[in-house]
Amino acid sequence: MNILERYHAMEYGPAPEARSEADAWLAARDFSKALFIGGEWKAGGKTFDTSDPSSGKLLAKVSDAGAADIDAAVSAATKALPRWSASSGYSRAKVLYAIGRAMQRHQRLFAVLESIDNGKPIRESRDIDVPLAIRHFIHHAGWAQALDKDFPGHKGVGVVGQIIPWNFPLLMLAWKIAPALAAGCTVVLKPAEFTPLTAILFAEICERSGVPKGVVNIVQGGPEAGAAIVNHPGVQKIAFTGSSEVGKIIRKATAGSGKKLSLELGGKSAFVVFEDADLDSAVEGLVDGIWFNQGQVCCAGSRLLVQEGIAEAFIAKVKTRMSRLRVGSPLDKNTDIGPLVDSTQLDRVKGLVAEGAKQGAVCWQPDVALPSSGYYHLPTLATGVSPANILAQEEVFGPVLATMTFRNTEEAIELANNTRYGLAASVWSENVNLALHVAPQLKAGVVWVNGTNMFDAACGFGGYRESGFGREGGREGMFEYLSARLPLGPAIKPVPAGAQPVEQTEGDAIDRTAKLFIGGKQVRPDGNYSLAVATAKGKLAGEVGLGSRKDIRDAVAAARVCKGWPEATAYNRSQVLYYLAENLSGRADEFAARLSQLTGAAAKAAREEVELSIERLFLYAGVADKFEGRVHQPPARAVTLALHEPVGVVGIIAPDNAPLLGLISLVAPALAMGNTVVAVPSERYPLLATDLYQVIEYSDVPAGAINIVTGRSAELAGVLAKHDDVDGLWVFADAETCARAEADSVGNLKRVWTGNGRSLDWASIEAAGDAFLRRAVEVKNVWVPYGD
Amino acid sequence: MSSTIREADLGAGPSKITPLPARTAANAPAPQAHGIARNPGMKLDLGFMESVRSVNRSALERRVASLTKRRSIKADNQAAWLLRAVACMDLTTLNSNDTDERVRRLCAKAVNPFRRDIVEGLGISGEKIRPAAVCVYHPFVATAVEALRGTGTHVAAVSTAFPHGLTPLSTRLQEIEASVRDGADEIDVVIPRGLVFGAKWQELYNEIVSMRAACGEAHLKVILGTGDLATLRNVMLASMVAMMAGADFIKTSTGKESVNATLPVGLAMVRAIRAYYEETGYLIGFKPAGGISTAKASLDWLVLIKEELGRRWLEPDLFRFGASSLLTDIERQLEHHLTGHYSANHRHAMA
Repeated sequence: MNILERYHAMEYGPAPEARSEADAWLAARDFSKALFIGGEWKAGGKTFDTSDPSSGKLLAKVSDAGAADIDAAVSAATKALPRWSASSGYSRAKVLYAIGRAMQRHQRLFAVLESIDNGKPIRESRDIDVPLAIRHFIHHAGWAQALDKDFPGHKGVGVVGQIIPWNFPLLMLAWKIAPALAAGCTVVLKPAEFTPLTAILFAEICERSGVPKGVVNIVQGGPEAGAAIVNHPGVQKIAFTGSSEVGKIIRKATAGSGKKLSLELGGKSAFVVFEDADLDSAVEGLVDGIWFNQGQVCCAGSRLLVQEGIAEAFIAKVKTRMSRLRVGSPLDKNTDIGPLVDSTQLDRVKGLVAEGAKQGAVCWQPDVALPSSGYYHLPTLATGVSPANILAQEEVFGPVLATMTFRNTEEAIELANNTRYGLAASVWSENVNLALHVAPQLKAGVVWVNGTNMFDAACGFGGYRESGFGREGGREGMFEYLSARLPLGPAIKPVPAGAQPVEQTEGDAIDRTAKLFIGGKQVRPDGNYSLAVATAKGKLAGEVGLGSRKDIRDAVAAARVCKGWPEATAYNRSQVLYYLAENLSGRADEFAARLSQLTGAAAKAAREEVELSIERLFLYAGVADKFEGRVHQPPARAVTLALHEPVGVVGIIAPDNAPLLGLISLVAPALAMGNTVVAVPSERYPLLATDLYQVIEYSDVPAGAINIVTGRSAELAGVLAKHDDVDGLWVFADAETCARAEADSVGNLKRVWTGNGRSLDWASIEAAGDAFLRRAVEVKNVWVPYGD
Repeated sequence: MSSTIREADLGAGPSKITPLPARTAANAPAPQAHGIARNPGMKLDLGFMESVRSVNRSALERRVASLTKRRSIKADNQAAWLLRAVACMDLTTLNSNDTDERVRRLCAKAVNPFRRDIVEGLGISGEKIRPAAVCVYHPFVATAVEALRGTGTHVAAVSTAFPHGLTPLSTRLQEIEASVRDGADEIDVVIPRGLVFGAKWQELYNEIVSMRAACGEAHLKVILGTGDLATLRNVMLASMVAMMAGADFIKTSTGKESVNATLPVGLAMVRAIRAYYEETGYLIGFKPAGGISTAKASLDWLVLIKEELGRRWLEPDLFRFGASSLLTDIERQLEHHLTGHYSANHRHAMA
């Protein structure tokens, strides 16, 4: 075509990014020795192939780490740990800064390699992935230096195993490694098999940036290597980003190991468009939401919920916009959509689209040009999608948008939350009242108001529900790599099935029946069996209801429907907790006597436990309106509100030691943050809890906020762990009960916190405060861009 | 507001997988540059305005920021696109020290914008690629008409108490009539920005309707003075009023405001044009003006138009740059394209 013809055609034409530097880099390396362990390049037993998804051509045969290699990497990380964790924040900051700057100097090489290996358009790797990765290192240099001031009493967890996915290879590496190094941890990181290249370049950067040997170990490999990291006893924390399926396997595998765990998993994020939205901008938001990175984004806005009145007009706009998307070579600067990462992924997406169509969805694709080779999938709009359709339920991880309509705000929220996932959501409305009304009601770790897929190192990212737990980025992300000392004591022994006391204690008091406390009422146990409670001297102190799975079911239902507590103002919750303290104080003598009777504690010690329990209620009453979120300041004209939201329904297995104080120390922080609670009190001393019923009843606690089910702790812990409507579970019981609770939590990936079978010194000052409050909240980051 | 999207010159019948007409329009060959139906205007429809008032500035800013990164125009295409920018140019002089001689020089440049070797090197001698119009103050209309007679180059006049628009309406209408009498076939009018702040939409509408009437056959370009309008919402609403009142073009700026044509403002205006088109079927032109002085910037604007409105709008009857120094920068780029040497201003004939 000559210039005159081009003048009439006004086409864009190809604008290829040069790949010669990347090819030279590839040619100059021996990828069979690509395991970066202890600062050395090592070979694995085997190799695996990584290829260019735009052509299917082989890029490199990369060393595949086996269990022995993982062992070597963990050893190297363990060896490097003492010196690294003891080094000053300033010196770690210098290293993080050096990494960030060195990456900046090689930005384009990183971008081109990423696009070649993953298939993502160069526009995205160049303008989004790589700059954000760099930002993470430079941002976290600051955290390294601020650690002592901002996280007093905390230290790095130790050796960290990190497993990352193929959709954002370098960015996920940065999200994992930057906070770990800042916290003084050493890492063993495994990139995904599909996309090993930029991690290798990153390792080279580490070599040149003063990272001490063994602090960063990068092991290429597949599921075997991943499993070896997860199961390695020398690893103190696992950080995983990937599928919910694998996340659940990891949760199960690490159960009882004491490993700290953060999971960033799948999503089916809602993209909610209200009728007063800037519709054209919302359409562009969708482009960034579902057609970013070919839709291979865990937080992709894959479920479009649009208000009925504007649905037709909006869908028409979406289709028009889709027709202007350019599908093509990842290295063409004019490409909007590149190939999917692999043929298997393409097959999966095609299969889901076909199944969705079979289930009634109308799948529309624009008539745009498609390259003849490579794993390309056209952008796809599915309309007529029912909530049960596979395209509304399953994470597609491809450029496929499922559309539904809603009538009003309430229905929008209901539809948005009608999913097992809870990673992100977008809300589009020009009405700030509406947007800020909806955002807190969405079960999602990140909510973007009039925007989508905004990320920053200063803002936490992570999910609710089966999208995982833990946050990456910001202050909240740092906690994932830090641990605070808990006053752990000796191991808790399982409750023996001892002989039942028969002989009643002396006295002529009227017989009392201790029931269960569910939904604000004292109710008989469903099974109508009772459990005898012994005094310290082995006599019969009384009988409590033997709670069963059905009682737990009822208690969880009562906790779930209780809206009065989570929606109460923090000031209101504060006053109720104060009132509880007040009313408990009024009966302090009675509780002290009960403690002495059951545990044999001396009168003074018993009195102290009661006083401390009252003090603790006071403490949490006082902080109920003070443990607040933050406002993050990303480098954009936006504020990010890091809100502290209640976890939801929290199950609590209270300990036997300090039966009153332990129970209060767990229930009070959960309540303070607006959670509703299903508590299983000490199995041996449950009368302290049943005596509390009247105190609770007198204290204006809304029905269902506190539910107490007495019975066999281990059994009831199991029921709570397997209950998929329980959001959190705190277990202070024997090791086996703790481990089982973790393993059984995979049904809905509830947040489980245990003492790993160790008892806690509940009287210690460390058994109260922020460490408990942090467990009682989810941090939701609400992005609010502004400007008029 | 109608819920269907119509697209220029293309009817899309319903079929099973319905390809939307917009896609085709984006890649369609250039239609004839003439013969679009002139916008007759419509009654002032406040409900329609209400439906387009949601303009989210930060989202628009993100859109333009990524838009200019999403599209890259290289090599021969770049040369072709720069020629397009010239063809869609209102070569402008609006200075208080303008003289007849200065205007004649500008007209000479408009008729003969490129050095001969550049024309030949690019292989474009078969087609007259040159600015669509020359834009001057009213006193120089006759001079420009005389200088451009027979060339097909339009003469545009800024004729309503430019740049503020703050004289009696009758005065401004007389000015339009005088410019038309002198031979201007395009009239660039300014709106009194105060009417926007006061939401005096009916008054604004009435003024523009009477300006349109005063124009007669001459095409009406309505300058919003967007740098003065404070919000993109005001830009959107003022755009809608101007189109409803019968504007043939809407134009960003006078070049005299402290902020001139910016891409977010342009985005709001082209979306207004799209909404008006979807509602009425009439194609309205767009003219960003002020501060667009580099070849690179002109490409960003062309990309914006192509992405948001489609290929049809990349014609002089629907798109103009108001520019004075842009032409020289484009000439330098074209020379560089041919020779590989970076050029200098003095190597190209001044306007």
